[in-house]
Amino acid sequence: MTGIFDFYRKDRWPHMFCPGCGNGIIMNCLYEAFTDAALDIDKTVFVSGIGCSSRIPGYIFADSLHSTHGRAIAFATGIKLGNPRLNVIVITGDGDLGSIGGNHFIHACRRNLDLSVICVNNNIYGMTGGQQSSATPHGFVTSTTPLGNIEYPFSLSALAASAGANFVARWTIGHVKKLTKSIRMAFEKDGFSFVEVISSCPTHTGKMNWMSDPVEMIRWLKDNSLSLKKLEMPKDPLSASNPLDLIIQGKIVIGTFRDANRKSYLEQVDGGDKGGQK
Amino acid sequence: MVKEDFLSGNEAVAEGAIAAGCRFFAGYPITPSTEILEKMARLLPQVGGRFIQMEDEMASIAAIIGASRTGKKTMTATSGPGFSLMQENIGFAIMTETPIVIVNVQRGGPSSGQPTVSSQGDVMQTRWGTHGDHSIIVMAPNSAQECFDLTIEAFNLAENYRTPVIILSDAEIGHMRERVLIEKGRKLKKRIRFKDGRVAFPFGFDFESHELVPPFPVFGRKNRVHVTGLTHNIVGYPKTCDSGVQENLLRRIIDKIELNKSKICKVEIFNPGADILIVTYGSPSRAALEVVKNNKDIGLLRLITLWPFADEELMMLAKNVESILVLEMNEGQMLSEIERFARRAGCQRIEFLPKVGGNLHHPHEIELKIMEMKGT
Repeated sequence: MTGIFDFYRKDRWPHMFCPGCGNGIIMNCLYEAFTDAALDIDKTVFVSGIGCSSRIPGYIFADSLHSTHGRAIAFATGIKLGNPRLNVIVITGDGDLGSIGGNHFIHACRRNLDLSVICVNNNIYGMTGGQQSSATPHGFVTSTTPLGNIEYPFSLSALAASAGANFVARWTIGHVKKLTKSIRMAFEKDGFSFVEVISSCPTHTGKMNWMSDPVEMIRWLKDNSLSLKKLEMPKDPLSASNPLDLIIQGKIVIGTFRDANRKSYLEQVDGGDKGGQK
Repeated sequence: MVKEDFLSGNEAVAEGAIAAGCRFFAGYPITPSTEILEKMARLLPQVGGRFIQMEDEMASIAAIIGASRTGKKTMTATSGPGFSLMQENIGFAIMTETPIVIVNVQRGGPSSGQPTVSSQGDVMQTRWGTHGDHSIIVMAPNSAQECFDLTIEAFNLAENYRTPVIILSDAEIGHMRERVLIEKGRKLKKRIRFKDGRVAFPFGFDFESHELVPPFPVFGRKNRVHVTGLTHNIVGYPKTCDSGVQENLLRRIIDKIELNKSKICKVEIFNPGADILIVTYGSPSRAALEVVKNNKDIGLLRLITLWPFADEELMMLAKNVESILVLEMNEGQMLSEIERFARRAGCQRIEFLPKVGGNLHHPHEIELKIMEMKGT
């Protein structure tokens, strides 16, 4: 397997990410997971939409498609069906996946096509300067919610699990080992797999919410996460304090949300040929 | 080998796509184009292709662009409202030079409009629907046979120029049944690909051969290419603040079509040398054909390729005629383009006979209009 400096395009560095951005940690975890899963880089396509995290595929020395806002999964669907021998990995953000691309996301989960989707959830629109996203926690200040967010965030992982994805996990950038393991599991799983990473945007989320120090922000993510295993399920699954929410009483719920083995899309066509290395 | 069949225009499009080598189709149901989707769902598995019904039209066009990047010939079909949703990704296909074929079976608009009746209201949308400067290839069939033939032609042009090609049909053409000759073993254009292995300049201009269309990097062939909708240099990397990079890229993707206009543009001319010239395309051209068959003193220019516009062919005819009659099923979309070039060629009298709401031109009313033009 190639070293990390051959995995990424050296001729494009320095990268464009802000100091303290969580993308660097995630890029390292992605490389480790890719190496652990022993995927063939020449048989892998990285697909993204628009946003900060969607710039990651452009730095990987592989075939990559930097597509339009919200549509990464739809492009990936075409690539996978065009050549099922390819591993198709989507890297996207909370705005790209949860807001403008929400419909493609839930339908891809339902379809259970063999794709791996990694969502970098920094709770905000970073590239356009810190606007509220569909994953911005309740009460958080952004440039479009100057008095605090009165809307409730999507729990993208709960959404994926209930829409039928085969594998769903959420970690923060403070949990690199577990995150790496989950990304590897996502690569190896048949059907649709989804890993949500709660990331940091000290430039916007942090600055506007009293955490502009990147280290402080990662510490906040770590201190405020709560394992799914330690949670008690409420009697009413639709109650406002559903533990599957992104943040419940100030805590980010982390863990493996779903690990199922529903027949994947490709297992049902082509005489069960799963395609790729998955 | 020629097979004879009795097909609707929409079915003929699907047959044409299969004959052209289309092996991936993604779409979403919409009247009056749905028969193409249904027929592709039945035909593709029989030839080892793949079909998928997506969640909307934005996803449909995204999926066919994705599949095209793996080297497949791909198509989608829709009508007005769905075509509006596809606009952003048409631009993406233009910018990334991805060959795709889009069929727009027009219905009355704007908005939901008249789902089951015919219109030519999307002519300018095919030209300028997606944002930014660009060039595009659009063809308008006027029979079921032409739906078959032009679909094959559309794939050949898309592969040759690495660009989206639009087939602009309408409800009338799409639902009308006619005899279609299905000819096997047509000449098909193959996409020129890079060899397996690293590619230095996947979006480069070849200064030696002056070839404006670079070879196509296929995903999974070790080319390791970054494909982006952002302004990119010849390596494929985003360079969004360099005016020179944008200018070179834009000029090349426009020139590769505009400079090859003479090879791309198809027209049909009847009774050259007549004093009065009818200019039309699509459904109304069938009524116009009836008129010129019975009146040798009336000429006809039928545009088969709408974009790029056949300005040379029009100007050549316009300089020798007294007046021009334009027939369209809209409030005058091609009219301004025709006027522009006809005036340049010296023809100052341009009359217009529009039809909206789903009514078709009747040969008799065209003849009346021409008598009126002659009388004054």
